[in-house]
Amino acid sequence: MNSTTAHTVKSFDDDLRLLRSMIGEMGGLARSQVNEAITALLSHDVELAKRVVEADKRIDELEMEAESFAISIIARRSPLAQDLREVIAALKIGAVIERIGDYGKNIAKRVEALSSSGYRGASAGVEQIGSMASTLVDDAMRSFAERDPFLARAVSDGDEAIDDYYESLFQTLLGEIAEDPENTAPATHLIFIIKNLERIGDHATNIAEMVHYSATGEHLEDRPKGGDATGLSLPL
Amino acid sequence: MATQVTEAAAEEAHVREQTLVHDEIAFANDAKMTARDVDVFYGEKKAVDSVSIDVDSHYVTAFIGPSGCGKSTFLRCFNRMNDTIDIARVQGRIELDGEDIYDPRMDVVQLRARVGMVFQKPNPFPKSIYENIAYGPRIHGLASNKADMDGIVEASLTRAGLWNEVKDRLDDSGTALSGGQQQRLCIARAIAVDPEVILMDEPCSALDPIATAKIEELIEELKGRFAIVIVTHNMQQAARISQRTAFFHLGNLVEYGDTETIFTNPRADRTRDYITGRFG
Repeated sequence: MNSTTAHTVKSFDDDLRLLRSMIGEMGGLARSQVNEAITALLSHDVELAKRVVEADKRIDELEMEAESFAISIIARRSPLAQDLREVIAALKIGAVIERIGDYGKNIAKRVEALSSSGYRGASAGVEQIGSMASTLVDDAMRSFAERDPFLARAVSDGDEAIDDYYESLFQTLLGEIAEDPENTAPATHLIFIIKNLERIGDHATNIAEMVHYSATGEHLEDRPKGGDATGLSLPL
Repeated sequence: MATQVTEAAAEEAHVREQTLVHDEIAFANDAKMTARDVDVFYGEKKAVDSVSIDVDSHYVTAFIGPSGCGKSTFLRCFNRMNDTIDIARVQGRIELDGEDIYDPRMDVVQLRARVGMVFQKPNPFPKSIYENIAYGPRIHGLASNKADMDGIVEASLTRAGLWNEVKDRLDDSGTALSGGQQQRLCIARAIAVDPEVILMDEPCSALDPIATAKIEELIEELKGRFAIVIVTHNMQQAARISQRTAFFHLGNLVEYGDTETIFTNPRADRTRDYITGRFG
């Protein structure tokens, strides 16, 4: 699907490689941010949570660097065909990874409040959906690194499992609130957290869609994004 | 085993020579000119190898490809400019509105009025600006008096975006204009005889970016009124101004499609390698 032939102008290849490595680095950072936010949440580690919030700045910086570099490649090289698709995909994927980082930060910010609440419900479920989201980001970034349209498609399909899991977890947390109104504040925090993780899954899908387009020139047919919990009845 | 390898190689060579024509073109064509199995020889050497293409009247069609790929040679078949080269020989069929232009009864002077041409280097006649435009309409009897001719000259220069720059010095020599103005004068001269097709052979390669932009703007203006076929080495120019792009390589037409598709998602490997700068 991809040409392995080098450009006649070798430094063009160097530019594309550098852009890819910037995006790859961002992806790795964002994934570890999500993992550490979940770890901090489950182990009530407020210090770790603060470090996660702090580290998000690095992702933001990298995104700006990658964006400027992509624009400079467009200006200097006038990329076409798969080169053009690759640069545009990198530009968009960078923005998506930055959003994933924001969600990680948002989760970390809730750790202190949750930790002091003493509420310890639903942690297995949160751990599970956290690991699903993290794995999906990892797969999406692997499809990017390997320019693998098949893996990209698998990521897009895999998001559905997170959506389903999110909806059942949402229902569980609503139940906790109904059972004991004391749980309202911490359970609401957790609802936001699992919503963030569900959104991270959507963003992993967005990355995969761009990888597929970049690699093949064809758009993945749009899968309806679930996980909006609009079909749930409220037990209140 | 050896035969298998040979067969596979032959098969591959055959596949390589197939022109890849995108569906949207094959189905939605309103052909002004059609070429079928056109070969061009320079002496013994085959410069264009069995090229078939339809040129649509509503679009700007760009011919791209590396030097020596046959694109200019092929373009020059469309108004029989290759007739002027002794050793050049054209085979196959080219039609203008269904009429065989290589028919011996075809009036070549008339053909070249219907299918005009603009060259790489601006080539105004060493005459006044006015005379440069008036020459064609005069020999084709398009004006019955001086007022008619004045009207044609003004209209042609206006359509070529040159009128305001030259209206006060129509008696000056055409060769005294700047390169970009000379090229627009040549385009004005081509459209003065009301052609149906305009062929342009790298019309901007001798011009600076500003003069180039003016020519591109002019092409944009003329699009739809004439079928325009342009040969260009500037890939970005082809992407900017054309709606159809044909990629030539080694005398073959490799791929012909929507310009947008050719430049974002070409189907043939050779097209892709060429436009992304991976050739050779």
